[in-house]
Amino acid sequence: MKYTSDGVKAFRNDAVAKVTGTAKYTDDYTMPGMLHAAPVYAPIASAKINGIDSAEAIQMPGVLAVFTAKDIPGNVVFGQIIKDYPTLALDRVRSTGDVLALVVANTREQAIAAIPSVKLNLEEIPALFDPELAMQPESPLLHPDHGSNVCNYHCVRTGDIEQGERDSDIIIEQEFKTSRAEHAYLEPESALCYLRPDGVMEVLGSMQHPFSTRRFVASTLGFQLKDVEVRTVPMGGGFGGKDDTAALVCARAALCAYLLKKPVKLTYNREWSMRESYKRHPYTLQYRMGLKKSGKIQFVKVRMVADGGAYCSVTPWVTWRSTVQCCGCYEVPNVHCDVYGVYTNNVFSGAFRGFGSPQVNFSIEQLVEIAAAKLGISESEFRRINMVHQDSVTITGQKLDTHTVSLKQAMDTVLNEVDYEAKLPLCSFGNKDADEWYGIGYAISYRGMSLGAEGTDFNSAIVNIQPDGSVLLETGIHENGQGSESAMILILAEELGIPQELIRYRFPSTSNIPDGGTTVASRGTILGGGATVKAAELVKQRICEGVETALGIKGCTYSKALVFNAEGKQVADYFSAIQMCYRKQIYPYAFGVFQAPRVSWDEHTGHGNAYFTWVYGCQAVELKVNPKTGQITLLNMLAAHDMGKAVNPAMLAGQFYGGMTMGAGYGLYEDTPLQDGNPQISNYHNYRVLRSTDLPEMTAYFIQNPDPNSPSKAKGIGEPTLELMAPAIANALYRATGVRFNSLPLAKGVQDYIKGQQQ
Amino acid sequence: MIITVNGTEHRIEPSIAEKSLALWLREDLMLTGTKIGCDIGVCGSCTVLVDGKALRSCKLKLKDVATKNVITIEGMSAADGTLHPIQQAFMDCGAIQCGFCTPGMVLSTYALLLENPAPTRAQARSAIKGNICRCTGYQQIIDAIMQAAQQMREG
Repeated sequence: MKYTSDGVKAFRNDAVAKVTGTAKYTDDYTMPGMLHAAPVYAPIASAKINGIDSAEAIQMPGVLAVFTAKDIPGNVVFGQIIKDYPTLALDRVRSTGDVLALVVANTREQAIAAIPSVKLNLEEIPALFDPELAMQPESPLLHPDHGSNVCNYHCVRTGDIEQGERDSDIIIEQEFKTSRAEHAYLEPESALCYLRPDGVMEVLGSMQHPFSTRRFVASTLGFQLKDVEVRTVPMGGGFGGKDDTAALVCARAALCAYLLKKPVKLTYNREWSMRESYKRHPYTLQYRMGLKKSGKIQFVKVRMVADGGAYCSVTPWVTWRSTVQCCGCYEVPNVHCDVYGVYTNNVFSGAFRGFGSPQVNFSIEQLVEIAAAKLGISESEFRRINMVHQDSVTITGQKLDTHTVSLKQAMDTVLNEVDYEAKLPLCSFGNKDADEWYGIGYAISYRGMSLGAEGTDFNSAIVNIQPDGSVLLETGIHENGQGSESAMILILAEELGIPQELIRYRFPSTSNIPDGGTTVASRGTILGGGATVKAAELVKQRICEGVETALGIKGCTYSKALVFNAEGKQVADYFSAIQMCYRKQIYPYAFGVFQAPRVSWDEHTGHGNAYFTWVYGCQAVELKVNPKTGQITLLNMLAAHDMGKAVNPAMLAGQFYGGMTMGAGYGLYEDTPLQDGNPQISNYHNYRVLRSTDLPEMTAYFIQNPDPNSPSKAKGIGEPTLELMAPAIANALYRATGVRFNSLPLAKGVQDYIKGQQQ
Repeated sequence: MIITVNGTEHRIEPSIAEKSLALWLREDLMLTGTKIGCDIGVCGSCTVLVDGKALRSCKLKLKDVATKNVITIEGMSAADGTLHPIQQAFMDCGAIQCGFCTPGMVLSTYALLLENPAPTRAQARSAIKGNICRCTGYQQIIDAIMQAAQQMREG
């Protein structure tokens, strides 16, 4: 279904607040007596800390304290997987993003002014900036306790790789490199913390994982989880980036608030944000692929090295997804895959929308076209020969038989709509006589939904119907701006058959509802929506119980805001049923839990049912290149994705457009060059994100095969939309220029190529 | 020196004439709808209207807007809370996600429509070139600008 905005009105529970400027983000809050903190960064990426002298800084106007790691009452280091990140660096600097001290002053300006007065006594030690070098056994260790600079390793061993080699008529090899992209969320990190009279450290902050933030704060302060309450206010963008770094910012503000017994705000400026926050992992991917002349892939051998930077963060999980999806959405009988996450002294890498798939898709979706060209068959035919279909078995041994495999449907939709075959002959392939080079390209993918075997995957929802029939809803999912609260409201409204206006999403707090995991991995709608459906089922039972008790009958059923007796006759409407419940002292309240279907994984073989369901998609792009300047103009972008069910069509379209745009920016321009480990970006003037005039009109096609694994029938969409545009652009650039560009960002490759041609 | 903000006159002491307009709006007037995303005038989050022109309030000092008429996002809706057609269009078209760029986008749109009540989609694109949105890909913001323009023309 092609999405058109005609007649569709978007639903957002927070729209009025956001469009009138009354929505309060973290930095918009103030408190009486509030102090301001500012971070003191390490000037070099690798050093021993001999001392920090704050004597001069403390004398600066307005400065009240300078805190270092020695002031931390709880754990100095923390982390989601490996606890290796110091909230404040204690004895060693491993990255220029390390914070060595916090200056606290009456105003933010005063705190910032005192930063240079904190004297750092550092002894530089040799740094490692190249992951391949860091992996060598003789290299010094960043984290001696870990015993290796290899943070983690994953593999897949499927079939017999040597047999695959023997069976192949043609073998191709290609290396790809990807970039270090910055999330560049519009709102920099911010936290406001204060110790409440009841002894609870309350945290307001811009983060997408309130429960993880609670763990970071509790660990830093030596508190129990019950004594930290994280309240999440509107967040100005996250895209995976407001997980660890955001939690650390909260932990630092909480530390200052705890030590000074005053509210403390720590709001980052853009320079700090870009310096410290983790980036998308840059990968080097070395592929070797064997092919039969018939077009069937015989084997894939691949080695990937991901630069994890100075700290673990979620590198083992990011690289795990790359492992599971290392062959793209294709059937491959023999696979030998090795993936390494590596510690270096570079700014650390972590979660970023896509999470290990954009790097793989950038590579494999070019590799299949290189393979098709070698075989002399069309890239579309080659994809159709090898792509997964209903009941296919993935390279990790998972049979795709629990949901509709709609990969071909997605690809056919896009190719038909863009008229791909008709436009292929128009492609320039670097035609010397042309004034501009035209190209068209596309890419396809499948994506495992939610966390998979990364971790326990469950979520809860509370439906609390009030005596007047209005409803308070909450789930363990966090509003990142994507519209998750609105999606939950719409799902509940449909389940109960009541108008959405009756439902309010309750102000979220980690003390309200059990830990539902992080709102990442495109799991908001599927997990939170699933829990909402479960809670709705339970509350409907409670409503029936109330009516049965009130009327002295049995066997009632609830359907579309009406209650029926055993004979199918209507006995109460929604409002009278709720009144009966309260009169008979039966609360129309329910706590629903959705436990994702079981997944499995064997770390030694790389086999298992990695994800409980999958989504499928295809994106295409048309573009032109100026042969003289190398300037690239995007002409048309379109996408088809199967998300199971369109819950809130306008917001769903927003995920399509936003994902395509971020994917195009990743493909064309986004990169964080480093100088001795330090990011050479500091703001939007030297980190190029796409602006309105960089973009063409986009088209979104919704494919809706309801997913039996999802109680709401809907799956996720946030990440699938991002992971395809970079390879689609690479394929289009090949058809425009006649050259394959195997490194991100692509615009730089094109510029370099044009310059080379001109010399 | 007097600065008018959303119709209210504010007398400015010379001692704060060098203060950034964005910070003054946020800290002194508590008009926190004006957001600071970059603080160097390149992201557009702090856009306000100064005598009808969309300007970056993080790059302006109070002395730069002396005697001028400033409109912030808080001044867009009517006193009774009725939304401006631009605000309504942003809501209807799904132009809002995280919302951090929204106030600046709304004001850039307003400046455009004051000057050009019937923009093309390309002109709408150009008008928000200085406003970064990291969520939406801008498409539904363009939709909103077109819808708002039409509704404002039709009154």
